[in-house]
Amino acid sequence: MDTLSILIMGFISIVIVNNLVFTKFLGICPYLGVSGRIDMAFGMGLAVTFVVTLSGTLTWLIDHLILIGTPLEVTRYVCFILVIAGAVQLVEMYVRKFFPSLYDSFGIFLPLITTNCAILGLCLFINLWGIDNLLKAVVLSFGAGIGFTMAICIMAGIRESLNLADVPACLKGAPITLITAGLLAMAFMGFAGMIR
Amino acid sequence: MANKNDAKAGLYKETLIAGLWRENPVFRLVLGMCPTLAVTAAVKPALTMGLSVIFVLVCSNIVVSLMRNLLKPHLRILMFTLTIATFVTIADLFLKAFLPRMSETLGPYVPLIIVNCIIICRAEACASKNTLGISIIDAIGMGAGFTLVLCALASVRELLSTGKIFEVQLMPDAFVPWAAMSMPVGAFLTLGLMLGLVNLITKRAR
Repeated sequence: MDTLSILIMGFISIVIVNNLVFTKFLGICPYLGVSGRIDMAFGMGLAVTFVVTLSGTLTWLIDHLILIGTPLEVTRYVCFILVIAGAVQLVEMYVRKFFPSLYDSFGIFLPLITTNCAILGLCLFINLWGIDNLLKAVVLSFGAGIGFTMAICIMAGIRESLNLADVPACLKGAPITLITAGLLAMAFMGFAGMIR
Repeated sequence: MANKNDAKAGLYKETLIAGLWRENPVFRLVLGMCPTLAVTAAVKPALTMGLSVIFVLVCSNIVVSLMRNLLKPHLRILMFTLTIATFVTIADLFLKAFLPRMSETLGPYVPLIIVNCIIICRAEACASKNTLGISIIDAIGMGAGFTLVLCALASVRELLSTGKIFEVQLMPDAFVPWAAMSMPVGAFLTLGLMLGLVNLITKRAR
């Protein structure tokens, strides 16, 4: 396979087959918290996509140019979390300056992207899968963000109609969202095996 | 003086029990979902995960509580995260050295303790405002509550997906394992139903 088709396969695999939310359980907290309205979910998804692409690329670079092969490898997690916190800070300043209304509706969730497991998780998976090529790391990180956006938008769409449904009182809120996520995960299981 | 000591002991006890049920991190605050869902396919990894979280939680609460008067508000979260990352690295290296197979099973979910909301939440809500004693007790209570939920969830999933718990056969031979329970679907459904059950029990108790 040439490079391009490998990249496309990698992209499809991380968006659909190995979707971080449905198969790796990453990013569940914002997934449950922000997925109430579709426009907010989309904004959150875009912010995460931006941060994850930036930090995935940067952590790959730091890992391969500085850390690997030196005793500094033990500081890997500390470095990763610093890079992510920096990237989030950047996005926060940008959104506050140019999209104040979006900034207000995000509230606490924007700084919380720092502790979004999807981002650190992806950086760790890139390290774990032994990705040895910068381009591939960039494509994978971008794909992870798109996959997250897709998952959270699907969920928001379902939850908007769920508001009108007659859910038993004890299942209202988080429980029914988790059960819905379970059914979605089952649907996504159908894609397993499509790519390696 | 005795009165004061009694009050103190009562406060400690209350803090400890709060973590177990009233403010249980998973059931009540719906925090720390990723590891809760990811490592609960079997009881053993769930227990290891729970113990690692208790270790990190206690250590980071001690450090945060000790430096609470030095913290600048805008650098607070960053300091918490760096403290937690340090202790998670220690826990990760320990697991890699002494329990290599378990470390492989848990994979990236051990380093992901860094971004476990429970730990930052406790650092922010408890350790950065309270004395050392309360912070340690709070960490133990919260950690124990988290571990209990993890083990409960894992027992249900392991029992239904293999018919065994800790390699001990519990189900009759005729039982057909539900493969789906060990997959993501099982995790989401079991946790969702469990949260629903807890809501129901709370409502009945009132």
